[in-house]
Amino acid sequence: MVLKAKVHKNTGLNLFVQTIIGRAYPRVVGLLRERTWFFFDVLLPVISVSAYVFIYRAIQAPDIYIGFVVMGGAMTAFWLNILWAMSSQMYWEKETGNLALYIMAPNSLMAILLGMALGGLFATSQRALVITLAGIFLFGVQIEVSNYLLLFAVFMLTMVALYGLGMMTASLFLLLNREAWHFSNMAQEPIYLASGFYFPIKSFDFWIAASASIIPLTLGLDAMRQLSFPGGPALGFIDVNIELAVLALLSVAFLFGAKWLLGYMERLAIREGRLTDSRR
Amino acid sequence: MQAAQSVPTPALAGEKGIIQRTLKSAAWLGWQIESNWTDPLIFLIYSVIKPLASASILVVMYSVITGGNFENPVFPYIYLGNAFYIYVAVVLNGVSWCVIEDREQYRMLKYIYIAPVVIPFYLLGRGFAKFAFGSLAVFITVTFGVLFLKVPLDLALVDWPLFFLSLFLGILMLAMMGLTLGSVVLLIVNNVYFVGEAVAGALFLFSGAIFPLDVLPAWLRPIGYAMPITYWLELVRRALIGSVAETFQTLAGFSNGQLIAILVGLTLLFTVIAFITFRYCDHQAREKGYIDRVTNF
Repeated sequence: MVLKAKVHKNTGLNLFVQTIIGRAYPRVVGLLRERTWFFFDVLLPVISVSAYVFIYRAIQAPDIYIGFVVMGGAMTAFWLNILWAMSSQMYWEKETGNLALYIMAPNSLMAILLGMALGGLFATSQRALVITLAGIFLFGVQIEVSNYLLLFAVFMLTMVALYGLGMMTASLFLLLNREAWHFSNMAQEPIYLASGFYFPIKSFDFWIAASASIIPLTLGLDAMRQLSFPGGPALGFIDVNIELAVLALLSVAFLFGAKWLLGYMERLAIREGRLTDSRR
Repeated sequence: MQAAQSVPTPALAGEKGIIQRTLKSAAWLGWQIESNWTDPLIFLIYSVIKPLASASILVVMYSVITGGNFENPVFPYIYLGNAFYIYVAVVLNGVSWCVIEDREQYRMLKYIYIAPVVIPFYLLGRGFAKFAFGSLAVFITVTFGVLFLKVPLDLALVDWPLFFLSLFLGILMLAMMGLTLGSVVLLIVNNVYFVGEAVAGALFLFSGAIFPLDVLPAWLRPIGYAMPITYWLELVRRALIGSVAETFQTLAGFSNGQLIAILVGLTLLFTVIAFITFRYCDHQAREKGYIDRVTNF
């Protein structure tokens, strides 16, 4: 009787969109249900930002660097979201037994990851905003946006490229077990360093900075600093328009890369029986 | 009555050699967990990259502003404080993290509880493995600073007895703080991993690890003076780079003997607090059935 009951089933694009909404939903709702997460997600970066601000004060750095640290600290929220809630998410899903269900269900893994990305982006943006406001309030950071439209475009493209990168790396994590935790852990400070979260990326040699630009936050952060602080362009790496173009290229490359890698890694993981193994 | 019967710790703790056995087994287990997820080469790279990147952030920040003037005493102050702070993160956070790992990730805490071990010493033993990895990171960071960044550490001028004494007391104090935190974690559900990070972060900010306390606003400085880590790091700096440490007036009013006395007092205080807290939290966790709780941390 139950089997005979008619249930409307979405297919094609409708199913794709439904999956995205379905996976984004817990990310957004989780933010409201577990408010202590929000508190700690904001508190920890604010502590780090404060520590770096006081270092700059100890060495009598110009005020613009304080603003750079606050903005960099806010952007760490996105990088941490990519590492722990996108890339290594597949590992957690495997540990909790959801991964096999994702693969079995008649939906696209790409849609699941997109849902994760959109939900994560929404939740993390709020954290980043609060961190920025806390930094402005605590340390009196002066922000003067020279072009709001460009700033918005840079931010959005940075996020598309960044979450595209997150989706790409998530596919690699399909194959990983407990080493996933260590890889994510290892990708924090080295990326903070390479991407110039707490100092202008221009401080590096041109080719080092150019190589680090493969991480979208490097150029995104540099461009946002140039657009948000009066002395920003003088400390900028390259012209904002070039950075915008590179970010657009990275967005396309990472999204297509994610689609291709996800399919390849899924087949590989199925062939090698890695989707359900658990080596903690 | 039932609760009293279900607590085997006092009887076990009196058994000859049980504490040493517990510490040894837990340390070995901790070492295996930390290191055997990959081959030794990758593990070595992993162990080196994180602390060096962390130190390099400070080096670049400093060098951008000062134009690479590494002779200024503030640089070794920042650099060594940051290097030795690694111990705070790994020991304090590490002991409490063991509870989360064993209870939620490996789901073995209940089996550990019924094994012939003394739980607080088991947690301390697990923390010892993290201490070993932390020591490797500290050594690499300090060596890198001396070799490439002109950190003025002259081995012939180091006050070794003071260094080892302060290191021993500091690590013991951190382990006891970690045990206190781990005990509290026994009673917490979600967000347990934030607790250790929040405490370590607060200590990082207020203990003068990476900048002299004078830089803090005047109303925040008393918090720094109340932090035990402040005194420990000052002693370590005095032992390693005495002449540089003298240029900062923050704790200039204290002699080495006074600082050691403060550290000994704090270590004893935290030892008492740790065991009382553990006893209470352990009892509560058993009573409420929290030992095998899984919350998908």
